[in-house]
This record gives sequence, C-alpha cells and structure tokens, in this order.
Amino acid sequence: MVKVRLATPVLQENNEVARENRERFRKHGIFVLNLMSSPGSGKTSTLERTIGHLAGRLRMGVIEGDIYTTKDAERVEAQGVPVVQINTAGSCHLDARMIRPALEDFDLDNLDLLIVENVGNLVCPAEFDLGEDARVAVLSITEGNDKPMKYPLVFRQSEVVLINKVDLLPYTDCDISQMERDLKLINPELRLFRVSARLDEGFEPWIEWLQKKVQEKKTELRTRSQPL
Amino acid sequence: MHELSLMESVVRQLRASAAENDIKKITRVLLVVGKMTMAVPDALQFAFEVLQKEDELLKDAVLEIRDEPIRGECRDCHHVFDIENHEFLCPSCSGPNVKIVGGRELYIDFYEGD
Repeated sequence: MVKVRLATPVLQENNEVARENRERFRKHGIFVLNLMSSPGSGKTSTLERTIGHLAGRLRMGVIEGDIYTTKDAERVEAQGVPVVQINTAGSCHLDARMIRPALEDFDLDNLDLLIVENVGNLVCPAEFDLGEDARVAVLSITEGNDKPMKYPLVFRQSEVVLINKVDLLPYTDCDISQMERDLKLINPELRLFRVSARLDEGFEPWIEWLQKKVQEKKTELRTRSQPL
Repeated sequence: MHELSLMESVVRQLRASAAENDIKKITRVLLVVGKMTMAVPDALQFAFEVLQKEDELLKDAVLEIRDEPIRGECRDCHHVFDIENHEFLCPSCSGPNVKIVGGRELYIDFYEGD
C-alpha cells in the first residue's frame, strides 16, 4: 500500500485561470464586477438600471451567465451594451474557465466596466473566483431577513450588497434593519445600498461608488504603465 | 450542486497523481473541507459515488471527509478563535477587524492505493 500526500487545493485549476483573467483585466484597466444573487432577487433589473444610469458616462460590457436561456442577455442587449451569453448547460455557477473565451468577443481596449451576471444561486457561485475586482450581491427584501445568516459566504466575500425591492417594505414582514445588522456582522466592511429597481430609486450612491472604483482602476493602470 | 464539479476536479487530481506514482487502485481518500466553503459533505460523498462507478482506479475507494472549523484572527489584538454562527466579531476585544484564517480549505490531504 502506498500513501500519497497531495494537499493541492481542489479549486487550484480555477484559481489559476482566474489569476490570468485578472491580469488581463488589469492590463486593459477594466474594472470587473461579479454580480451574484438568488433567482428572482432582481439581479437583471438592477443591472438594467445600473446600465441606464451609466450610459454615456462609461463604456460597459456584460457577460450573462444563465443555465439554459438567453432571456437576460436579450434584456441587456436592448440597452445597447455589448453582451456575451454563457450558457452553463446545467452547471449552477460560472467558473474562471468559462469567462476566458467570452473575453474574445469584447473589444477590451474600449471597455471601462465589465459586469458579469452570475447564475442565480447564492451557494455555488461564491466558491469560484472569476478574476473580478469586486463581488456584488443583490438581496431582495422579499427573500426574508434570514438569508444573510443562511448563505454567509457570498456576503462575506462581497464588497457591496444592493438591497432591492425596498418599495415593497410596507407589504412584507421583512425587518430590513435586522437584515442590515446581520450583513454587517458577517462582513463589517460591506457597503449596503437600499434600492428599488422597479421604481429606479436609491441608485445614486451605488453609481457613485461604482464610478469611483472604475476611476481607481484606470489610475492604477496609468501609474503602473509610466516608466520609472 | 457545485459539488459534482468540485468532485470532478478531485478525481482529475487523483488520476494525475496515481499515474505519476504508478498506482492502479485507490483504496482511501481523505478530503479536507472547511466549513466556510459551501460544499456539503453529503453531496460531495454522493458525487464521488457517482464518479467512482465502473472506474477501475476508484471503484473500491472510500472517501473520508474531515471538516475544518472557521477560524478568525483579530487584526487588532491578534487573538485567534473559532467562528461559530457566523459571528465575525473578535470575542476578545469585540473588534470587527477579523481576518479569516481557516475554514476555506478544500483539498485532498492524502490518498492510499496499490
């Protein structure tokens, strides 16, 4: 009998490709978001509003992850933003290897912001680094305020949570303050923004945060590319 | 159900290593799974059973899973502690500046075979 010690991370293959993706984004000065949420939280609606607010200000691209359909990609395309659809054909998450070929379809020199809309799922996508700069979770109040505690990893790893459907607060039992306290307990550095994608309300602080991040990425590129 | 894709990576690693070490049959695999990963041990076990079927190298292998607690280290007072119920505050100084130092493990510790 032979005993072999390995200790190689199971996700190593994914993490290596994620590192290559990240390096590519850095070279082009593109800020990349990995947008995650459960199905039906309003992830695509939030994305549409975000694109609407940034139209004419930033050059954007979108990668749409979906198990089978192109419904979300069609919605985004209608806004005049280049979009690449990845059908995961049954897989419940995007991984770094799926992102790499999708990048061939973008003109990376003419992008400031790339938003990857992950498959609707709070569990699996959290495990896979895509090479993004920031993870953003959308959490709607109709999902109930127990969700942060049930799915802590996704919130621990996010920089921002967009709390959506706040226009419905009077009609639900959701304790939004409790939800926010739980989120802060899981990740004290989280930025929380209350929004209503339906009414297009509350987006300004989020848009401001996003523009600042895109700017920082550009500045970093310029600083780095200057000869010493 | 990303456990199946995780397990496919595990199997790929086992195959590559077994070939390198001239091992024809794997009998035991120890997988370490941190509690902060979202991989469910039962689902990993199930995925492994699916993948090992009719596979010469793996069909007699037993998968053991060891879970690791979520560990935090306070950046302010350097206290190291187990995190339970997802309370990420330092129990020593109550500070929120906590770095996760354990619980995200997901690797094959070792395997045995002939």
